[in-house]
Amino acid sequence: MTITTTDTPTALSRLGRLMVDNPLLPLSLILLALIGALAILNPAILSVFWVSNTLKIAIPLAMLAACQTLTMLTGGIDLSVGTAATIAAYVTATATPLIGAPAAMGIAMACALAIGMVNGTGIAFARVHPLIMTLGTGLIATGCLLVYQRSVISTGTIYPEVLVWLGTGRTWNLPNGLFLFIPFAALILWAQRRTGFGRLLYAIGSNEAAARLSGVRVWQVHLALYSLSGVIAGLSGLLYLGMVKTASLSLALPLDLPSVAAAVIGGTSIFGGRGGYGGTILGALILTVLATMLTLLQMPEGGRRILYGAIILAVTALYIRLTDHS
Amino acid sequence: MMRVLAANGWTAGLAGLLVLLLVVTKLIQPSFGVSGLDNLARSALPFALATVGMAVVVIAGGIDLSIAAMMAVASVTAAVLMDGAGDGQAVFAVLAVLVVGLAMGALNGALIVVTRVPDIVVTLAMLFVWQGVALLILNAPGGGAAPWLRALAVGGVTLPGVPPALTDWLPRGFVFLAVVVAAIWWPIRRSKLGLMFYAVGSDSQAAYRSGVPVGPVRIAAYAVCGLFAALAGLAVTMGTGIGEPIPGPYLLASVAAVVLGGVVLGGGRGGILGPILAVIVLRLVRMDLTLLSVDPNTAAIIEGLIMVGVVMFGAVLATQGRKT
Repeated sequence: MTITTTDTPTALSRLGRLMVDNPLLPLSLILLALIGALAILNPAILSVFWVSNTLKIAIPLAMLAACQTLTMLTGGIDLSVGTAATIAAYVTATATPLIGAPAAMGIAMACALAIGMVNGTGIAFARVHPLIMTLGTGLIATGCLLVYQRSVISTGTIYPEVLVWLGTGRTWNLPNGLFLFIPFAALILWAQRRTGFGRLLYAIGSNEAAARLSGVRVWQVHLALYSLSGVIAGLSGLLYLGMVKTASLSLALPLDLPSVAAAVIGGTSIFGGRGGYGGTILGALILTVLATMLTLLQMPEGGRRILYGAIILAVTALYIRLTDHS
Repeated sequence: MMRVLAANGWTAGLAGLLVLLLVVTKLIQPSFGVSGLDNLARSALPFALATVGMAVVVIAGGIDLSIAAMMAVASVTAAVLMDGAGDGQAVFAVLAVLVVGLAMGALNGALIVVTRVPDIVVTLAMLFVWQGVALLILNAPGGGAAPWLRALAVGGVTLPGVPPALTDWLPRGFVFLAVVVAAIWWPIRRSKLGLMFYAVGSDSQAAYRSGVPVGPVRIAAYAVCGLFAALAGLAVTMGTGIGEPIPGPYLLASVAAVVLGGVVLGGGRGGILGPILAVIVLRLVRMDLTLLSVDPNTAAIIEGLIMVGVVMFGAVLATQGRKT
């Protein structure tokens, strides 16, 4: 993963072609290598249960990383996903005792959609950099959550059964979350390649001016994209709530940073136009296995953050080198 | 000539806004006086120092998203080094923190120049790295601060030989800010380096062709930003007496203040005085909300809305500036 290991430009560009054209191959190899290293560290850990558990933990991360993948395809980023997911989860848990699970989940998703739409509005019309905009929206939304929290502090929390079933249940040794995730992933994979919307994302990310000149209404795409991102974040928040069964004010915030890292590792360029969701799923799996390994090695939280930051930087730098040469 | 006039007009307008807000504050809270001013200075100090750092980088055509995280590193480093240390050791602790800040900023800049990854991505990654470093140094708020350091920013100014009544109204926080900015930014601004910051910020290609070493100048800008981030982190520790490993909302606040202060995102235009005035205006708004007994969380929402609004406005301005 370092730049210094490469020897000649031709090998470098060949590797670059491989990474860019077919990122799933090297990513699978990295995943297998990590699992191999884990097996050496602790041979007892590998079991059907472990695989199922890893999948279970990776699913919410992979869903949040979908937000990053889609926004990064246009050259953006969505740093409010953790907040949107947290709000969706918290609203569901606290509103269910009052109005029942379906209505609570509906309101929760509406909140997530609203966050996405605010992001989309700022990015589409005021042309604020997505990073700053989503950061600001996240800050405001957190404030709203705190105000909301004080008004519902006495109602208690109930976790809708369907979410608990999705989050913690197992069918044939596999987590039930896959019932949500497999259709979701199939939809995203299909949408990014086969639909007009998906192609527009790539078009804007590759060259926004050209896309604009070819008649793409960029603002519509941005508005729809960030709204979609908010909805996906809300959905993963609901799933995460069923998984951890705690309604806290910082529930999904620790997933913010790994979701960016998963998309970057998965080969999606942070500058747009390149990558896809397939790599991101592998990226999320790699990060989950890596997290298990870091727990085994007793790496503190600070060390993990440093590592995530370093990975993002190293992978991005590597991509820039590769695309420069090819 | 018109541009200079316009820039000064902007700053003058901000100063007018500040005076107006002070009058409003006095109307809301008739007892607002010396202690209120002192509170304002103390709460504004870390924000103002962070904003100066951000302004320097933005003028040089970049942005530093890791500023709040660097502040956290500086704050915990200071708190850990000073915890239980004597006055003499505390001086070295302060110096060490400043050196750490310079080094962090220089590393940010060097990574941007060497890897050729855009500044926004590099500093985002470094934001995570510095957060991690701060957590490694201190896992929870703690540590201590030397009493003399805290005294630097709290209370009114007392000068030997001058009756206290004459100087007491002036908060030490503002004096500290003025002295620090004058001691660091003024010499840079007057030197070749300051000119180069502006040159690189307005057109790095043109600067390169006129013989400006663009890479080193960028690194220097980020290093200055790191230095101010370290000072801001010190100010956090000075204000609270402990080190704070979780970064506060300084990133968005500093970007908003820089934009409101008339520095154009994209670089090359604006000064330092405007952003400082803007930061005080933003803090004063927050203080007025508190005085109006608005719920603190609601006040945070309003503040966030103002900041996002300001940044959106600035982005619109920057887009139109590019078109013309």
